[in-house]
Amino acid sequence: MNKKTVKSFRPISWPTKGASAKTGKWRTMRPVIDKEKCIACRICYIYCPEATITPEIEIDYEYCKGCGVCAHECPKKAISMENEVH
Amino acid sequence: MKKMIGTGTKAVATAVKCANVDVVPGYPITPQTSIMEYISEMCDSGEMNAKFIPVEGEHSAMAAAVAASATGARVFTASSSQGLLYMHEVLHMAAGGRMPIVMVNVNRGVFAPWILYADHSDTMAQRDTGWLQLHCASIQEIFNTTLQAFYIAEKVNIPTMVCFDGFTLSHCTMAFDVPTQKQINQFLPARDVDWFLDVKHPSSFSNISSVDAYVDLRKQLHEDTLKAIDVVKEAASRYSDITGMCNGDTIECYRMEDAETVVFAMGSLADELHLSIDRLRANGMKVGLLRLRLFRPFPKEDIMAVLPENSKVVVIDKAYAYGTDGGALYQELKSALYGERSDVEIYDKVMGIGGQDVTWETMADAISETVEG
Repeated sequence: MNKKTVKSFRPISWPTKGASAKTGKWRTMRPVIDKEKCIACRICYIYCPEATITPEIEIDYEYCKGCGVCAHECPKKAISMENEVH
Repeated sequence: MKKMIGTGTKAVATAVKCANVDVVPGYPITPQTSIMEYISEMCDSGEMNAKFIPVEGEHSAMAAAVAASATGARVFTASSSQGLLYMHEVLHMAAGGRMPIVMVNVNRGVFAPWILYADHSDTMAQRDTGWLQLHCASIQEIFNTTLQAFYIAEKVNIPTMVCFDGFTLSHCTMAFDVPTQKQINQFLPARDVDWFLDVKHPSSFSNISSVDAYVDLRKQLHEDTLKAIDVVKEAASRYSDITGMCNGDTIECYRMEDAETVVFAMGSLADELHLSIDRLRANGMKVGLLRLRLFRPFPKEDIMAVLPENSKVVVIDKAYAYGTDGGALYQELKSALYGERSDVEIYDKVMGIGGQDVTWETMADAISETVEG
């Protein structure tokens, strides 16, 4: 199969970062990491369902939907969910 | 060419076998059941080299059909009545996903109350799913149209429904001609696949899209559906060139020469109407029959081209359009002719609901009463 010959009318998406648009716009609550409390255990990195947290514990706010799973799972309560202002 | 004797469902199963279908997800429902029985028997005995998937319901049947079609397979399924209604959600997925699935719908009324016999309310309820709809009036036409449907669907990448009336055609036995496999292969080459779900080149379909992309995809589906009118004609002439059998096109005319009154109908009633027309002609009424084969897309130009000037059109409808001034087909015709043909007067007769037995005499009487008032 040649990607270039796939007809344009098909609702196809190819693996790429943010194939479905910038989902960060969906966020109503914003996870904020308190670096003082963070022990870099990477539990948030493992649990993030959207892979928007890096192994270096940085959040990609362009795609983070603000689900709060990271804040819930953090063993040190180092992530707080704050009201988002877009 | 060989002759076979069988029911409408046997004609479908034979056509599906001849079409070299790869996958058939199926679930039984009256009056379609024997299609799935014939196909599952053929898959079991090795007569047909296809994967038969016995699913747990029609929603799953269409979901499996969409998934199989996305792998590049040629896919067939069949349903009726409530089964078709249960599939409704996934019919949109098939059309929006541009999967060239062929489905036979053996027409049957819908509940409540339960009814086993034919009317068109099940397929009319799928009008705006994006599927193409062809309606047959004889067992030979069912065979020919099922084969043509694969050609049409794969050419425009839009799923196609082949419809015919339950029992009247599905369980009635008649002789039908089957072209040689060589002729069929010439008519229907292997599916030309520009995209498929491929582990070597990962992609997904029907992911969430942006509004702009969605608008474009929908517009394209609408435009491609309209283009299917020409493809239906192309399939008919190609089939006729190769097999010598002439079943196809968007409409079929009978005794339309010098007609002042035109009867407009679809399905098995339209076949019975030949006798009504003959009788009315013998009584001196200048009447002809216009049978609609292609319901979606609606072949407006083809209809307008054959409707005589200042004619009266009597629509024989086999489904209500509740809350309007008549049946479903009547609404379609009126909307197509509005602003284009103010010379034509259109009347409606809803008949044969829930398999009500309508004879040629009943229809002949109804036509003359309607026209002569």
